[in-house]
Amino acid sequence: MALLDIRNLSVDFDTNDGTVSAVSDVSLSVAPGATLAIVGESGSGKSQTAFAALGLLARNGRATGSVMFDGQEILNAPLSVLNRIRAAEIAMVFQDPMTSLNPYMRVSDQMAEVLTQHKGMSKRDAVAASVRMLDAVKIPDAKARVRLYPHEFSGGMRQRVMIAMSLLARPQLLIADEPTTALDVTVQAQIMHLFAELQQEFGMAVLLITHDLGVVAGFCEEVLVMYGGRIMEQAPTDPLFETPSHPYTRGLLKAIPRVDVATHALDTIPGSPPNMLHPPAGCPFEPRCRWAGEDCRAAVPPLDRFAPGRSRACIRKPEELT
Amino acid sequence: MFNFILKRLAVAVPTLLILIILSYVLMHAAPGGPFTQERAVPPEIMANLEAKYGLNQPLWKQILTYVTDVTTRFDFGPSFVYKDRSVNEIIAQGFPITLTYGTISFVVAVLAGCTLGVLAAVYHNSWLDYLAVGISVGAQVLPNFVMAPILVLVFTLWLGWLPGGGWQGGEWQFLVMPVIALSTSFMASIARITRSSMLEVLNANHIRTARAKGLPTRRVILRHALKPALLPVISYLGPAFVTMITGSVVIDMFFSTGGIGLFFVNAALNRDYSVMMGITILVGGLTIIFNLVVDILYAWIDPKIRY
Amino acid sequence: MIIEKEKMTSLADRLVEQEVKGRSPWTDARKRFLRNRAAMAGLVVLVLVLIFAATGPFLARFSIDEIDFMIIGQVAELGGPSFETGHYFGTDDLGRDLFARVVQGTQVSLMVGIVGAGIAVIAGTLYGAVAGYAGGALDNLMMRAVDILMAIPYMFVLILLLVIFGRSIGMLFVGIGLLSWLDMSRIVRGQTLSLKNKEFIEAARATGVSGFRIIIRHIVPNLLGVVAVYATLLVPLMILTESFISFLGLGVQEPLTSWGALISEGAGTMQYGTLWQLAFPLFFFVITLFGFFFVGDGLRDALDPKDR
Repeated sequence: MALLDIRNLSVDFDTNDGTVSAVSDVSLSVAPGATLAIVGESGSGKSQTAFAALGLLARNGRATGSVMFDGQEILNAPLSVLNRIRAAEIAMVFQDPMTSLNPYMRVSDQMAEVLTQHKGMSKRDAVAASVRMLDAVKIPDAKARVRLYPHEFSGGMRQRVMIAMSLLARPQLLIADEPTTALDVTVQAQIMHLFAELQQEFGMAVLLITHDLGVVAGFCEEVLVMYGGRIMEQAPTDPLFETPSHPYTRGLLKAIPRVDVATHALDTIPGSPPNMLHPPAGCPFEPRCRWAGEDCRAAVPPLDRFAPGRSRACIRKPEELT
Repeated sequence: MFNFILKRLAVAVPTLLILIILSYVLMHAAPGGPFTQERAVPPEIMANLEAKYGLNQPLWKQILTYVTDVTTRFDFGPSFVYKDRSVNEIIAQGFPITLTYGTISFVVAVLAGCTLGVLAAVYHNSWLDYLAVGISVGAQVLPNFVMAPILVLVFTLWLGWLPGGGWQGGEWQFLVMPVIALSTSFMASIARITRSSMLEVLNANHIRTARAKGLPTRRVILRHALKPALLPVISYLGPAFVTMITGSVVIDMFFSTGGIGLFFVNAALNRDYSVMMGITILVGGLTIIFNLVVDILYAWIDPKIRY
Repeated sequence: MIIEKEKMTSLADRLVEQEVKGRSPWTDARKRFLRNRAAMAGLVVLVLVLIFAATGPFLARFSIDEIDFMIIGQVAELGGPSFETGHYFGTDDLGRDLFARVVQGTQVSLMVGIVGAGIAVIAGTLYGAVAGYAGGALDNLMMRAVDILMAIPYMFVLILLLVIFGRSIGMLFVGIGLLSWLDMSRIVRGQTLSLKNKEFIEAARATGVSGFRIIIRHIVPNLLGVVAVYATLLVPLMILTESFISFLGLGVQEPLTSWGALISEGAGTMQYGTLWQLAFPLFFFVITLFGFFFVGDGLRDALDPKDR
């Protein structure tokens, strides 16, 4: 049985200028111990999908559909239910460690409260456990540095603190929302390496949200590509990289810089993501798609399972995309 | 921390000196001189002043004497109007009264304002929010000199519940209206600041992290949101303090509470320069000390400020 | 009433950001402002108050210092608002026509407010722009001076000045105007600092345009949004200050009057049952303050839309 099962999730935001639909009809599931990546440009709705699942949407957000965790409906569940699951069962690592840690609290206090809250530990024990976890994420001199404030850490170290904090209560699922985007390239690799190690060690499932397909390659078993709030393609990682079946995925892959191929200009996808205040009636990627035609504008293409474990939302056949 | 305080003092001390010197020079520069007005200063007072500052001395010597007196002995010299009272005696009589109702008003304004602002932000767009916004928008056009007559009209003239003025050693009946009149518009301002900064903080990333940790709402607000939300309030406390002392002038005048404000207005009407200067310098000094305390409080709350 | 510094800074940041992106902040703002009902209501109120102040003298049947001897001595009985006697707002305690006096008080208070705010905004903008543009030691010195001036209890010093140099209305204008330029100068300095290194300023500098011209031609116009909002919110503050001083009897002098003086007189006589003497000036005072506040707030929200 799936650990996390999202069915037909849609997220809308009420703004002064009208309703923005950030996520439309997204379904996905994560098995225990599995690793799934959601890939897409900023504004594709990938983060909002995760926020909606944990009830963390901004005040003007509304979510519909279903999110089952361990057989329990948690979408729009009462706060008392959500608070038992947050951090304890599903933990989250956020994009910007600079602002996502509380700048006004010592790291020790921020970490310890996870354990005092969910495991009923004393403050002392909780801080001791926090120090052990900081050791586990390879923060040198953790015992002393746990007393510091977040701004006294470097960006990479801060993200390690964030990761350590998320793992404290041994969650079954870790949602990492662009965990490396705000970091230097060299630090990015270290953090992803750390994720892989920790995932082996603790055996939790990971839902990795990223705009960078390159990050996904060595880490996730399965990839879900989102665009304009919808799923474009879903596939195990290797087949996706070998035979991308959706025009958007192809564009993304071409945009990854590679060191093993002779240098040539990096391809980019022309145009910019759709304005979700007035989403296109048909395929959201149609305005930027090489293969688009009149038929693409008519209706949103359905997500079709065209091979075992693989789905795509495109009315062109994969072999037509040359 | 020590260095930080030292740095602040490096600004505070010259400020106070400038204020003292400026006051004395202004008094000296009064058209026709302070001592040759249409209403001649009584000879006893002239003698007092002469003995004190040596009025025939050059200006800088007089200033030096004045500054030394004020800074080393808190001695503001003789009054220009009362033969037998010094400025110090006048301040000693009025200041405790101002301090009493001023402190109560300040605490009331801060506590009520913060509570109202936090509640409004936490229950954003609920009836509570609208009520709080209504109160804070409405109350800010009700400064002390508008509140005071309205309160007297309602509670003294119509309802007859409270005495229209007086002090009586600070019994509660005499405190109610001064405190309400003085604190209302500050409460409103503080509520507005708290509400908007709390709303901003509640949208911050670190609050989402706190919520993602499964903390109860209460804890998220009290432990994670309150501190940063109150920072703008703290930086408003300095100006609020000054305006509140200023407002006490109206309170003293309207409610006959007998604080320094009344002496200040009387001094202004009677051209009793030394009393005006004394009170101005006292208020300036208090402001500087208060701002120093606020700065320290701010630095203590915000760990990013390193002293 | 206060001007919230955080919101002003946020507005200023946003305007600079839009300027750099080459977008005009005013086109969308106009739409948003017109949609803001409170701001539009405030604007209507202000226009009405202005019309009142401008046409009042032609409607009044008495001059401001003319004593109606029919009424004096029985003000409580005969001095109430009435069309028959020609005292639309009644009379004051001395039998003078309150309508004429309220009209005059409105003129004085509005003028003090607007001129005071104007002085404060101009002084603050120039000072801040010069400090920010100059940078270095001069900036440091200028801002340290602002720090020092900030700690001076202005109202007391202002009253001291009024007593020493005599209570003229000009002194009141200048004194009140000089009260509030400090915050403005800080905001403007901050924005100047961030604008200074932008390409269009560098380009101007490279072509040999003088520093002062750059400040006036390029930096100040980019701060217009902040200045407009700040000035609008400053006017009621100036009115409050003037009313405060006049309430204490230290402001404008007889026979001239202002809202503060009228409120003070009205409050002094309310126990005799002549409530209209308090009610009329208070009414105009309150609606005008509200008017300016809503317009200023609406203007800021229109230029810097945020949920708050």
